Amino acid sequence: MLGLELSFIWAGIIAFAVLVYVILDGFDLGVGILFPLAKTEQERDVMMNSVAPIWDGNETWLVLGGGGLFAVFPLAYAVVMPALYVPIILMLLALIFRGVAFEYRWRTKRWKRLWDFAFFGGSLVAGFSQGMALGGLVQGIEVVDRGYAGGWWDWLSPFSLLTGLAVATGYALLGATWLVMKLEGGVHDRMRRVAQPLGLATLVFLGLVSLFTPLQDEVYFQRWFSGGSLVFSVAVPVLVLLCAAGLWKGLRGGGDRLPFFSALGFFVLGFIGIGISFYPMIVPPSLTIVEAAAPDSSLAFALVGTVILIPIILTYTAYAYWVFRGKIDPSEGYH
Amino acid sequence: MTAEVLARLQFAFTVSFHIIFPAFSIGLASYLAVLNGAWLWTRDGRYLSLFNFWKKIFAVAFGMGVVSGIVMSYQFGTNWSVFSDKAGPVIGPMMAYEVLTAFFLEAGFLGIMLFGRSRVGDGLHMLATGMVALGTLISATWILAVNSWMHTPAGFSIAENGQFVPEDWWQIVFNPSFPYRLVHMVLAAYLTTALVVGGASAFQLLRAPGHTVSKRSLSMAMWMLVLVAPLQIFAGDQHGLNTLEHQPAKIAAMEGHFERHEGGVPLVLFAIPDQQNQKLDYALEVPHLGSLILTHSWDGQIPALSEFPVEDQPPVWIVFWSFRVMVALGFAMLGLALWGLWARWRGRLYSDPWLLRACVALGPAGFVAVLAGWITTEVGRQPWTVYGLLRTSESHSPLDLPALTTSLIGFVTVYFFVFGAGTFYLLRMMRKAPDTPRLGLRDGPIRTAGIMPGPTMTSGERSD
Repeated sequence: MLGLELSFIWAGIIAFAVLVYVILDGFDLGVGILFPLAKTEQERDVMMNSVAPIWDGNETWLVLGGGGLFAVFPLAYAVVMPALYVPIILMLLALIFRGVAFEYRWRTKRWKRLWDFAFFGGSLVAGFSQGMALGGLVQGIEVVDRGYAGGWWDWLSPFSLLTGLAVATGYALLGATWLVMKLEGGVHDRMRRVAQPLGLATLVFLGLVSLFTPLQDEVYFQRWFSGGSLVFSVAVPVLVLLCAAGLWKGLRGGGDRLPFFSALGFFVLGFIGIGISFYPMIVPPSLTIVEAAAPDSSLAFALVGTVILIPIILTYTAYAYWVFRGKIDPSEGYH
Repeated sequence: MTAEVLARLQFAFTVSFHIIFPAFSIGLASYLAVLNGAWLWTRDGRYLSLFNFWKKIFAVAFGMGVVSGIVMSYQFGTNWSVFSDKAGPVIGPMMAYEVLTAFFLEAGFLGIMLFGRSRVGDGLHMLATGMVALGTLISATWILAVNSWMHTPAGFSIAENGQFVPEDWWQIVFNPSFPYRLVHMVLAAYLTTALVVGGASAFQLLRAPGHTVSKRSLSMAMWMLVLVAPLQIFAGDQHGLNTLEHQPAKIAAMEGHFERHEGGVPLVLFAIPDQQNQKLDYALEVPHLGSLILTHSWDGQIPALSEFPVEDQPPVWIVFWSFRVMVALGFAMLGLALWGLWARWRGRLYSDPWLLRACVALGPAGFVAVLAGWITTEVGRQPWTVYGLLRTSESHSPLDLPALTTSLIGFVTVYFFVFGAGTFYLLRMMRKAPDTPRLGLRDGPIRTAGIMPGPTMTSGERSD
């Protein structure tokens, strides 16, 4: 009984870490995806400086998501990583290029354009790979004897390509609305204009993915169109539309913060949608949360510290955001 | 080529690159905290110049460490999924604690340390700098607990499904080799940083003799070397004794000790190990010295490789030679420290061109020694991932060969390109001496009677 409870608490914590990762690194990857829209050197500088002090902290949630899965659901980790080998390796390589670009582009004149491109390309490929990995997971992973039993291209399908595009587009929307919030002048106005088609595209993708998800697995279909969870199936789309209304109101001149938080709403709701489909699976269709969980002694040891540390981390992370609050001053930066 | 070999090659390659950056950034983060503290304490502009100079170098090295570290955290699953499933319940929570107690701390305060001095004030900026340094040390603590557990596993039982089940976390974290490995690694990081700072400062002094800021950093680095080099040799010796107790096959491989020597174990200075025929060729030995070092007695015995089945022996050639490279560099560092002490006493620390050249030459020695030491200990653990319990050949993922080959090529290409460029930028940044602080109104003698002489301090301008 204890094991059952602990593993569900942990499933909640891992889901939380992944969600925080998606919304935080989502917007700074989005800034990278939109990098080519900057028209001048100075616009590129302020775009990058709007995330330079915080991107590393944002990306750490990805390490917590992976590390947490390893710690408390080692079997799920051991099955998912080889199954999604290609998108994960692609993501890691892309994150290398993007991560070093933050420092490298200030250290060279001759190769500056190359690192600008690395920042853009790395962000785009990372976002797209994460989306494809998600699609690969949703469509199901074959497990035999505690191991992945499929080939290394099984994840690739029209559905995973669709989720890849969806996530990359959503990240771009987050990036655009973040820049609306953080910048002023020409690039701010341009992002405000760009965010509208991006918002529309994100909505369309959200609709398509929702439409095709129940077709990936009988269980999802049951979950969404029958019984008690029907309440959610109705509530989620309604809330999505509410966020869309907020986004449009903000972009039409209703304040610079509203679009960003409305866009975050899309991601939170999409994430809840996935949760509704998955529960109580952790690796559909064959591994449940309880089956994949580590022994109680691992779950309990990790939980004690996590419960204490996560609020502390959230506090000083919030403080770091507070220190760099407000619109970006173009003359600032340590380079 | 088998999946196991490819997975091992990939892990060895990515971790070899990765280990270089933490080895540097652990020491550099502490150095930055010292510099910032010294600046706040003395208001001597040289410390601020040095802080601003090494801060940018830290940022580049730290960035490379972060991105190569993310790869490591996912590679356990991608390439070593069987190991992950079995050892995950023990290793995973420790790695999760590394993320929670160290990575977030570093990342959360890094932005404030790099960009925030004018926004938060001196006190909070100092706190942020201290937190980054503390984060690097906590990170080293957890990851070495993990690594040490793989060498000297303790505090667990084995379940029916093959998983290691944690029984006593105190024993798991403070496993028998952990304290030795942690001390050895942290000292290595401090040595590495002292050598880099010393080498860069010496290079700057060769180009611009008498540069006051470079003199200060050279002096600090040489003191650090005097302090840490002998300590490290002592710590290494203690670590060796611990390894003899828990991993005798590794020590036998390090010493090239195939057969027992009745009178006492010699110290082999040079030899070509021939593992196939279980003997040493062309051995140049000092009789009894091996016994003296390892057992502290004239004719003490240590287990020989012949007492282990061939399939349980580590690859002798690699372990034997990487160990010798590490030790030789360690003594070269001690030699440099003593030479520096002598030159300081004679008043020639900043001007002896041969000493300065030696500092430059040994600048990268810490990295080489760290890599050699890492190879000694990790290859010496073979053929096991969890020593004596889980074989490397039974730990890798059920992956197709093309998947592993393609990803290995991808990593090699990207790493050489990206980290090659980074190394080039680092070297270029270190070549140029830090800015000389100009005394301003706040810091200098008050002569200007209230007329602002301009900005108080000029340092930290664009580097190109």
